[in-house]
Parts: sequence; C-alpha cells; structure tokens
Amino acid sequence: MKNVLAMLRGLLGGDSQADRVVPPTGFTATLTTFTAASMAFLAVFAMALSLATGRLADRWASELARSSTVRISAPQAELDAQTRAAQEVLRLTPGVDTTRILGDEEQRLLLEPWFGPDLPIDSLPIPRLIEVIEEGAGYDSEGLRLRLAAEAPGAVLDDHTRWRRPLVTAANRLRTLGWVAIGLIALSTAAMITLAARAALAANAQVIQVTRLVGARDIYIARAFVRRFTLRALIGGAVGTALGMIAVALLPSAAEEGAFLTGLGFQGWHWLWPLVIPLLGAIVAFWATRGAALSVLKEVK
Amino acid sequence: MIELENVAYSYGGGDLLSDISLRLQPGSFHFLTGPSGAGKSTFLKLCYMELTASAGMVQVFGQDVRSLERDQVALARRRIGVVHQDCKFLDHLTVAENIALPLTVAGRDVAAEMENLTSLIDWVGLKRQQNQLPPELSGGERQRAALARAVIMGPDVILADEPTGNVDWEMSQRLLSLLIELNKMGKSVLVATHDLNLIRTAKSQISARVLRIANRKLQLAGADL
Repeated sequence: MKNVLAMLRGLLGGDSQADRVVPPTGFTATLTTFTAASMAFLAVFAMALSLATGRLADRWASELARSSTVRISAPQAELDAQTRAAQEVLRLTPGVDTTRILGDEEQRLLLEPWFGPDLPIDSLPIPRLIEVIEEGAGYDSEGLRLRLAAEAPGAVLDDHTRWRRPLVTAANRLRTLGWVAIGLIALSTAAMITLAARAALAANAQVIQVTRLVGARDIYIARAFVRRFTLRALIGGAVGTALGMIAVALLPSAAEEGAFLTGLGFQGWHWLWPLVIPLLGAIVAFWATRGAALSVLKEVK
Repeated sequence: MIELENVAYSYGGGDLLSDISLRLQPGSFHFLTGPSGAGKSTFLKLCYMELTASAGMVQVFGQDVRSLERDQVALARRRIGVVHQDCKFLDHLTVAENIALPLTVAGRDVAAEMENLTSLIDWVGLKRQQNQLPPELSGGERQRAALARAVIMGPDVILADEPTGNVDWEMSQRLLSLLIELNKMGKSVLVATHDLNLIRTAKSQISARVLRIANRKLQLAGADL
C-alpha cells in the first residue's frame, strides 16, 4: 500500500515541463475518463452483489445451521403432553444445546406476512413450534427423528438442511460470479486503457521520435503518457464509484419480512470496500499504459 | 569520439554504404559531401544511432553501439548535438521550449539554466522569435533554432545534415560561422552538405577535411576544392 501511495504521489506531483512535451489530447481523453467511470460504476454493483450474497451465504450456513425446528401437530388435548415429551427427548439428545417453545405472539408474527395482521390465532389448530439450538458437532437427526416418533407421534423434526443447502450453494455461486465480474471489469479496463494508450502513442509518434533523438530515456517518454492515463482512470474511477455508491444507497431497503433474504447493498464498514475501486483502476491504468508505451518505444531507435 | 570500422549499411535492395571507416577526433572539422541519395544522411544516422550498421563496428565515446542499452543510447545522444535536415521540432512548443527540449528530457531544471538559454538564443539571433511556434519561422530561422537545440547540452560532437539546405547564401555563411565558432571552442563538427561554395568558404577559415561518399565508399577528397 505504501508503494502504491508513493507511486501515486510521484504521478500526481508530476513534472509540468515533461507534461508539456506531449501535446494535450483533447476529446479522446474524455472518452478514457468516461469509460473508467462506467467501469467503476459497474464494479460497485458487482461488489455489492458479492458482499450481499456473501453475507447471505454466511448467515444461512452458520446461523440457520445451528438451529432447527420441531413442529408438533396434535389434537388440542394431547398437544401439551406431546410438547413435554418432545422437549424431554430433546433434552436428552446429545448435541442439542437449548430448546425454546415459540410463544403465540412470535407465531403470529411468523404467519402475519401470509395471513395478515388480524389472524385469530387462538381459533386455529396451529402446530406448536420448538426451536432447537445445536451445540458442537450437532445431533444425529435420524436418531432424533426415530425417538420423537416413538415418544411424541405428532412431532416432526425440520432441520432446514433440505432447503438450506441448495440456497447456500446458490448464494456462494452468486458471490463467485460477482468477483468474476469484478475481475472481468478490471481486465476490460486494462484492455480499454491499452487501446487508448496505443492510439495516443501512435498519434504522438513524431513527438516520441524527436524526444528520443534529443536524448530522452524510454521511461521519461513513457511516464508522460502513464501519468495522464493513470490520472484519467483515477478521476473517472472516483466519479463512477461515487455515483455507484449513491445509487446503491438509494436502493429501496428490503422490508422487515424480506430482510432474511438480505438487501443488495453495503453494510457497516463494507461501505469502505468500493473506495478501493478507483485506486485499483489507477493501478490497472498505470501498468497497462506503461506496458503499451514501453512496447511501442522498443520500435523507436 | 565516434569511430566507424568497416561499416556497411544495407536495406532491402542492397548495400547503400560498404566498408566505411572513419575516426572523428576531438576538435576536428569534417565536411561530408556527395550526390544526393549517396547515403550522407544514412551515414549521420549511423553516427547518432538512429540506424544500426548491418556490418562492421560503430563506436561512440569508446563503446560499441551494439552493446549499448537503450538508456545508454539516450545518455550518449546527450553528448551528440544533431541538426537534422528537417529540423524535427515539436510544433506545439515555442521556439525557446524546443531549444531547451534536450535539457527538459534530461530532467535538468530549465529555469536554472535560463541565462544559458537566453544567451544561446541571442547567439543564434532568435531573440525576437523565441516565443513563436516553429511553423511560423522561416527556413533560416528554423535551421538556427535547430543548431541552438543541438548545442544546448554542450555536446562533444556536432553532426549537421544539410544545415544550409534551404537558406540563402548570406544565412548559410552565418550558420557556417556559428559552426566554426563551436569548432574553435573544441567541439568536433561533421557537416553533410552538397554546397561546395560553403566548403570553400570554410576551408579559407579553418582546416577542414572533406569526405566524399561515392560508389558506396567513403573517400578523402583531394585538394581540388
């Protein structure tokens, strides 16, 4: 990081004399800045996607993995007895940390998104739910199922893995795709800067030849171009990133009920991550221009 | 300073120069003459390393040109002042900035050498034109600006390719006297020209040797001039 900062300082400090040697490029310079800006804008979204799906996968993989539910459906008269029996089974099961019977209010909240707020919960034959929190390596779900069937025939164990696993896989895959997209954006930026730099170098063939003939070292000539393109990428990247971050911040936030799907966006210190994008763009531009310049210069005696 | 040993240069069609040997001594004054297309410019380009000899050895300041890195070539060029036939200016920079270009690209502080630069511009008589752009100058002014740029670094050798190519006789004499002055200051000078009057005028003022390229070979011209 220190090197990068030193490099940027050197570039920004600049050498006004040297900069005058290569004539200003005008309109094409704006194109480079614009492309850098839109690439940065896209990168912000790819990054938001990756971080959000990462959060999702982590949450599903850890939090939900540690909890499961036992659902008891039985005639009203037997419900309490079966609940007690099931709790007793759970208490004696190795790998179960705590159990907790969900209260009426909690159940009502769970059902509310589907049935509306005025559900007369008392009059419905709603099953009782026991939340089970695991500990250590977890419990043997097959064994638990058999014991529950024997002690409390109305109890059904739902350990979530059935539907959780494909979702976690999908979320992880999505996160990977997000990073791949960022990688592709970086490569496209490099390609775009290389093309732009080569065009600028070709347009300034005469300048390069003359400066070389009066004793300029390759690195001196290369630097004049590198400085410009790095600055353009940095400025464009900063503008694009800022716009991208604003756009992400303005996304409608997911409502309470949808929150378990987690909103697309940044949370907490993750807001710092997109700030890396302009720097990354500048570094990519630096190396792309330098490579292009030095390879063109090799052809000049 | 610059030494060529059995040098040949060929391109696609065949040899342009062959078996050329020459040693430029410090403080010498050479003319290089010959019909146009004989390879005078090519010869100079071999000396300032824009072209690489296809055979033989070129040494610049005691180093074999073939063994020089690109950066070493750049450093050697700072010690060789070249007046190109077409001047080769950067048209977006003023005359003064063009003259100072070798200082700029060498990373020297132009502001610190402003006194030097001003007196040099005075010496070539371009004080009035120094803030103009090169395309606004006349042929003679361009040649003088090119000469000023060639000597700003205080080079050991000055190579001039048809410096009087498109200027009138009076201007030619003025350019020649500038070159002779530089030679008297101890610089080696090599001037490619087909202007025999210029050579005669020079020989009346200094002891100059005249080389001629003919039939791909370099010959020392006799006393016929």
